[in-house]
Amino acid sequence: MTPAWVFASSDAVPGLTGVAGQAAMMAVVAGLALALVRLVRGPSLADRAVALDLATTLAIALLVIHAVLADQPAFLAVAMALALVGFLGTVALASYLKRRGQP
Amino acid sequence: MSEVLSAILLLLGAAFCLLAAVGVVRLPDLFTRMQASAKSATLGVGCTALAAAVHFNTLEVKTLALLVTVFLFFTAPVGAHMIARAAYYVGTPLGPHAVVDQWRPHLADLPPPEACGASPAKTELPPRQGNAASGD
Repeated sequence: MTPAWVFASSDAVPGLTGVAGQAAMMAVVAGLALALVRLVRGPSLADRAVALDLATTLAIALLVIHAVLADQPAFLAVAMALALVGFLGTVALASYLKRRGQP
Repeated sequence: MSEVLSAILLLLGAAFCLLAAVGVVRLPDLFTRMQASAKSATLGVGCTALAAAVHFNTLEVKTLALLVTVFLFFTAPVGAHMIARAAYYVGTPLGPHAVVDQWRPHLADLPPPEACGASPAKTELPPRQGNAASGD
């Protein structure tokens, strides 16, 4: 019996892949929490930019795992779009960081 | 067989992602944190995309997973390099274990690292260890 708080439609993919996918999803969510810790604590703005970059990458991983768990390949296209937007955000944040001129 | 392979790849990718997050929290310095974030998390996403390709096993999903992986492997180093370059040129201090920073004295208009509460920049290489003095 899968607990209801696991963010996946668990009856779509049974067996070993489903169990491994749920464990993987919990690990990635723990990683997102750690990235949030760095986002709050980071001493400089560049640390926060790194934490946001990592959070975007982890969200892409979460989408890919959810595509496997829900057995719907359309989530991979969402992951692709998020990768594009995340790269644009990182570039914009880096250029702002350089123009602002203080750490 | 493909079920076992996709399960292993999913767990491996999630482990890489978790290790990247632990490195971003634990490492002492912006530039070392960036190593963890840029390399390990990208590899984790690549492993999970490969797991999706193994699990679905159709041509379009394989193409999409390859596209995600290749795009991320091209853009993550570029983004990390841009953030690191911008952070260095606005004077982000190195960590306490850094050995030498020889470019820092050439940037005279930057604030010193002591202004950020960090240790001062080491601009000289440390003396060489061992029996190198007897050579010349």
